[in-house]
Amino acid sequence: MYAMHAPDGFLEPTVALATAVISVVVLVFALRQSRRDLQDKQLPLAGIAAAFIFAAQMFNFPVASGTTGHLLGGALAAILLGPATGSVVVTIVVVVQALLFADGGLSALGYNVLNMAIVPAFGGYALFLLFRRIMPKNSGGIVGATGLAAALSVVLSAMAFSIEWLFGASAPIAFDDVFTAMVGVHLLIGIGEGLISALAIAAVLASRPDLVYGIRDLDQAEYTARTKVSTRTFVIGGVVTALLFAVVVSQFAADDPDGLEKVSIDEGFADQAQDHALGDSIFADYATSGIDNESLSLAIAGACGVVLTLVVGFGLFSAVRRGRQDEPDSSPAVV
Amino acid sequence: MAGAHRHLLVHAHSPIHALAPEAKIAATFLFVVGVAVTPREAVWAFAVDGLVILVLLAVAGYGLRQALARLAAVLPFITFAFLVPFVSSGERVDVLWFSVSRDGLWAAWNIIVKAVLGTGASLVLAGTTPIPEVVRGLGRLRVPAVVVSIVSFMFRYLDLIVDEMGRMRTAMVSRAHDPRWLWQAKPIASAAGAMFVRSYERGERVHAAMLARGFSGTMPELEHRRAGARDWTWCLLVPVVSISAAVAGFALT
Repeated sequence: MYAMHAPDGFLEPTVALATAVISVVVLVFALRQSRRDLQDKQLPLAGIAAAFIFAAQMFNFPVASGTTGHLLGGALAAILLGPATGSVVVTIVVVVQALLFADGGLSALGYNVLNMAIVPAFGGYALFLLFRRIMPKNSGGIVGATGLAAALSVVLSAMAFSIEWLFGASAPIAFDDVFTAMVGVHLLIGIGEGLISALAIAAVLASRPDLVYGIRDLDQAEYTARTKVSTRTFVIGGVVTALLFAVVVSQFAADDPDGLEKVSIDEGFADQAQDHALGDSIFADYATSGIDNESLSLAIAGACGVVLTLVVGFGLFSAVRRGRQDEPDSSPAVV
Repeated sequence: MAGAHRHLLVHAHSPIHALAPEAKIAATFLFVVGVAVTPREAVWAFAVDGLVILVLLAVAGYGLRQALARLAAVLPFITFAFLVPFVSSGERVDVLWFSVSRDGLWAAWNIIVKAVLGTGASLVLAGTTPIPEVVRGLGRLRVPAVVVSIVSFMFRYLDLIVDEMGRMRTAMVSRAHDPRWLWQAKPIASAAGAMFVRSYERGERVHAAMLARGFSGTMPELEHRRAGARDWTWCLLVPVVSISAAVAGFALT
């Protein structure tokens, strides 16, 4: 879980700079959109929501046999507040944590904000919209869609980190290994994140459904009636997640029986150049391991990149479209 | 956990406490950037940076134990670094009775030293700058006013919300709530949901109160001392050291 708060020097400076530029551009847009969503309520509401996310990250939930985890909250914030306000709020939490609490490095803010705020908020919101369509049209469906979106938003973050690693690794660890470890670990973390987010949304739906941004465009009466099908929803959700897990993991199981060993043999003689000048770090040598794996690594990285871009892009797009639609009249939109 | 940030400040009257916040924030940021771009082979450059941080921590009034305890906050974030030499590829060397990757050792050193120095820098800032000054400093550094206002609202209500959550936890524990497994987490998640509703409603009440007091969409700027040449000179000395060390590191390695 802590792997997401990357410290200084975790990735090459070029990646830090590039991700910082991307993050700033998205945030400028998100701030404007958030202003449109909240009008001049923006200051107190976003501020107190930021305090809520900050506090929620201190709320430990049990994982197994007394060990605990905590909420990351990117997707939850996006579904409750909208992706624009959600990403702004989580960004502020991440920046303040780096500035004053030394959680994550200051020079790592570019990628930490991208991975912990922008990707989970916009990506998670896009997934939420997609799952909302295939889930039953009731509060159970919303809760299930939230759970799946929140769980997978954490996996999206792990994918984003792995791709950044491909471009600016600070250590000679193959992309495949980083990707497998990050996505594997975050699938597990995602289970907790998804469950807690889903149940938190259920609690909000039960008392103030009008506050949930993610169902503002729907007929609320239909969605807030208490349903008892949530078990089914969770089972469907579990099956979908397990299928995704299987698809991802089988990729590696087939081609890479023992990743670490193979890599060390492949690379044993081809010693990496010591030289580590800034210019070389894009597609650093060790981002892709041996020749056998190179095309596979790039294929996976490429596929992930496309998926990430599409999902986050869809989240951004839906945020804009929502904003535009709200202006002329606030009739319920079919998304 | 309640009021975590209240304990960040070191209660002393050091020269660093007296400097203007915007200069301190800029200096911290630039120092860390300098550290981050330093080539990892330039060990002496990191020694220079470390010395600077030690001096600053001492001047700021940190006790040794206090500084170490807070530096330990970085440990969870660099656990990964300790694995790096074992899982990295490349030429193997023997350290004690393990065979590890030489390049991986360098990588681990790189992550650990930069993370520790970065943490040290943020300790100096957090220990000498009260939160309202940090917020004001951000505004002076041309961070958009909206963001600055959101940050200041966040701090204003953080303790309140954390305390409220603590009370919820006390209430749950007093009803024998002692979850050990993930599937027992429902009350905690419901509490988080309830917390969101309370926070949102508080936000709406605060907004109504602000409107009643004449809020027009932007927060009024109060006049405070701005950073003068003296502040900037002293503060910028710090990043000058780290950036020169980085440049020298590139030239010499």
